[in-house]
Parts: sequence; structure tokens; C-alpha cells
Amino acid sequence: MSLLLLGIETSCDETAAAVVAGGRRIRSNIISSQIELHQPFGGVVPELASRKHLQNINPIIGEALREAGVGWGDLAGIAVTHGPGLVGALLVGLTVAKALAFARRLPLVAVNHLEGHIYANYLAHPSLEPPFIALVVSGGHTDLVHVLGHGEYHPLGQTRDDAAGEAFDKVARVLGLGYPGGPLLDAAARGGNPQAIDFPRAVLKDAPLDFSFSGVKTAVLNYHNQQRQRGKEINVADVAASFQAAVVEVLVDKTLLAAKTLSLDKVAICGGVAANSALREHFRIRGAEAGLEILSPPPILCTDNAAMIAAAGYHRLKAGCFAPLDLNAVPNLPLIGGK
Amino acid sequence: MRVVTKGAAQTRELGKKLGGLLVPGDIVALVGGLGAGKTVLVQGMAAGLGIEGYVISPTYLIIREYGERVPLYHMDAYRLSGPEEMEELGYEEYFFGSGVTAIEWADRILALLPREYLRIDVGLTKGGEDGDRCLAFTPYGERYEVLLKELERHVDLGP
Repeated sequence: MSLLLLGIETSCDETAAAVVAGGRRIRSNIISSQIELHQPFGGVVPELASRKHLQNINPIIGEALREAGVGWGDLAGIAVTHGPGLVGALLVGLTVAKALAFARRLPLVAVNHLEGHIYANYLAHPSLEPPFIALVVSGGHTDLVHVLGHGEYHPLGQTRDDAAGEAFDKVARVLGLGYPGGPLLDAAARGGNPQAIDFPRAVLKDAPLDFSFSGVKTAVLNYHNQQRQRGKEINVADVAASFQAAVVEVLVDKTLLAAKTLSLDKVAICGGVAANSALREHFRIRGAEAGLEILSPPPILCTDNAAMIAAAGYHRLKAGCFAPLDLNAVPNLPLIGGK
Repeated sequence: MRVVTKGAAQTRELGKKLGGLLVPGDIVALVGGLGAGKTVLVQGMAAGLGIEGYVISPTYLIIREYGERVPLYHMDAYRLSGPEEMEELGYEEYFFGSGVTAIEWADRILALLPREYLRIDVGLTKGGEDGDRCLAFTPYGERYEVLLKELERHVDLGP
């Protein structure tokens, strides 16, 4: 029988809890923003305030256990995100996890949020095994990682300024598309010409696998202001498609370069921006051309969730890497190699 | 005090000069629109504080912490609904902590700022190149008047 883990994630906006069997099979996956208003505990909206996490956490854990049909006695352990993230938000999930581990006499395992995103791919692709290249791309992160084994990572590149998802959100606001910007910009870009405007692609000669998205964000802003000053109408679809093309091209280029450099034939994309349709499509086409296997989770596992935390925690648990009950939140927790 | 910078490299250099003068307890409030160069300025400040590695936009996580000798608390109120949300983030521990605090989109939480701080308004120049920026420094309190006088000695104020 495979071990059941409860995962808890509160690193940023989402309060989430999940039960995963054997590190691969999702028994439940509850995320605060996905919950409908008619749920018994009322409307739960994503908000970054720690108070919201406090209000949400217990009902969401209860719902995760209920939907999975498991009791406390069935669990083999509790996995919790301890960084990176916002300290006040992290502490809510962490404190609850520690209290539950102590009260229910369950082992506690600490998971890095970025590691969690990578593990979303293990949930979506049951036969996936390391090594592979992972691209973690979200509102707060843009990281290229060489996944050597379970719990073994070698960072290859990261953003120097804005995360890709942040650039999407901010450009969406400039274009008046609203929030959340990522999905709305993706939709707006579908009717546009991606070659209409040649927005810059940042090339970083000293670190070719690093990213920079601040320049393209500012370029869209400058274009927008110039068009307005000239009294010209802005074709939102064309701007969205051209901006998206610039970001997607850089993400795909550098990921493929990493795979080629390390002679790896598998690439796993993850994080909120991995749900972007243009990114998926370009990875599919360019990956096929390069003879690479491109893996991505379904959108529900791209967003912040706790199933991915439980999946990552499973391997920690099997390796006997238990966290002490004085485990602390680490807002800048790096993803580093070694077990 | 007003300074015009030509391109992000100059903005970063100005931030570095400012960073070199900052001491624990200092608060720098940055005001300016998207793409104005607030993060670039803080990247320079971090370099001036001797912090190594990348300083990236704190928009998503709201607060990022850097450095050991002199910590830099890099905050961003962009995604906050207002001062109430900032209060719940335990901002006092940063404002009155042992590091330097830099707050982007500070105009969204002005009510929470202590009486003394340095305000920097970052904006585009009228009729300049795309990369040109105008930075207006406003000191609130004696500490920041002294700081600005020191900074003035280190920078070319331009035309």
C-alpha cells in the first residue's frame, strides 16, 4: 500500500491542502481560489493577507481529508512549504503543519516551493524520472533547473529583475486587460499578430541561461505611451501577441539551450505561466524539432497547490529527511542540490 | 534635489551611491509608475550596501530580504489593496528593524510610513530618450536632509 501524505501550502496568495498517495496519485487537491462560494465555509477569495490564510487553513485541510476519504490515522506524514515566499503567509501553513504533526504524532517534512512546482510534473506524468531540465515560471519565479535526482537540483539560470508572470500581469494592466493578467493576456493575444511589433529579447552574454523581463515590460510601456501621444489607436491584440511572443521565445530558447548543453532529452515546464497556451504550443513545436520530450502539468497543477508539495514531500519522507518541530520559514530559501 | 539619469546604468549607479550612504534604520520610499526604474534604483542601492547576487522585483512576494551585514528589506505595495494589508504583513518589524528598508509603490501606503524617511519620485523625462529618468529626492526629517547633502556631494546634478 502506498504512503499517504497531507500537503500544506501557504507561501503566497493561495491557501492549499491536498492528499497524495505514493507521491504520484492525487486523492484531493483543495486550493482557496478554486472553491465555489456555495461551500459550507463561505466565500474564500485569494488574498495575500496572512489573516485570510488563517481563516482558510483549517477548513481547507478538513476538506482535503474529507474529499480524499482519509482520517488522520491513515496518513504517513505531513509535507509543508517552508520557503521561498512571504514570511507571514508561510508561517500560517508551517505553524499549522507543526502543530498537527506534534498532536497527531506524524513525521513532518519541509518542502521548497520551487521543488513543489517541479513535482507537479511527477503527478501529471507517473512514469517521469530524473534527470531532466525544469523551467519553473510563475508570478514570482523564473528558474531553469537541472533535476539530477529526487531532491537533487542544480540551478542553471534565473531572472535578474522581473519574473515572467509578473511581466504578464503588468503588461496586462497597461493594456487595460485586468487581473489576473496572465490568462487575460493569453486570451487577448489569440486574435493578434505576434510579429506586429518587434519587442526586445534580452540577451545576457555573461550568463546565457539567466532571464530579464524588465526591458520588454518597459518597451511595451514606451510603445503604448508613444502611440497614445501620436493619437494612434492601440491594437491590444497585436501588442499582447507581440509581447507574449517575445517572452515565450526567450523562455523556450534558453530552456532548449540548457537541454542541449547538458545533453538531456526531457524538459518539464511548471508554475503558473506554464499554463500559457502560446508557451505550451511553442514548446511542443520546438521540442519536437529538437527531438525533446516536453512535459507540462494540467493548469490546475501549474498554479500554486499543495498536491505538488505532498508529492515532493513523499520522496523526502522515503529518504528519512524529517524536519524538526522548530522548523522555521525561510523567505529567501534557495533551491540547492544535494540530499 | 533633482537628478536626470541617462539610461538604466546611470540610474543604477545613482542608487549605488545612495546605498553607500545608508545605515540600518533608514527608510527609502519610492514612487513612480510601471517601468519607471524603481527596482533598478534599489538594485543599485543593494550594490552600494555591499549585497551580492541578484535583487529582483518584489512585486509578487511583497517583501524580499537580502544581505547579512546590513540587511535590505525590499518591499512592494503594488499588489496591496491598501495600508490595512500592509499592517497585516507585520511591516513594523521591517521599518523599525536592523536593516535598510526600500519600499516600491510607497504612495499606496503613505499613511504607514514613519515621520522621517527619504522619498524618491522616479519618472520619465519630458521629450527625452526612452531610458532617461528624472529622480526627485525629498527628505522628511533631519537624518534625510543630512543624507541628501552627502549624496549631493557624490553626484553630478546634470543640467
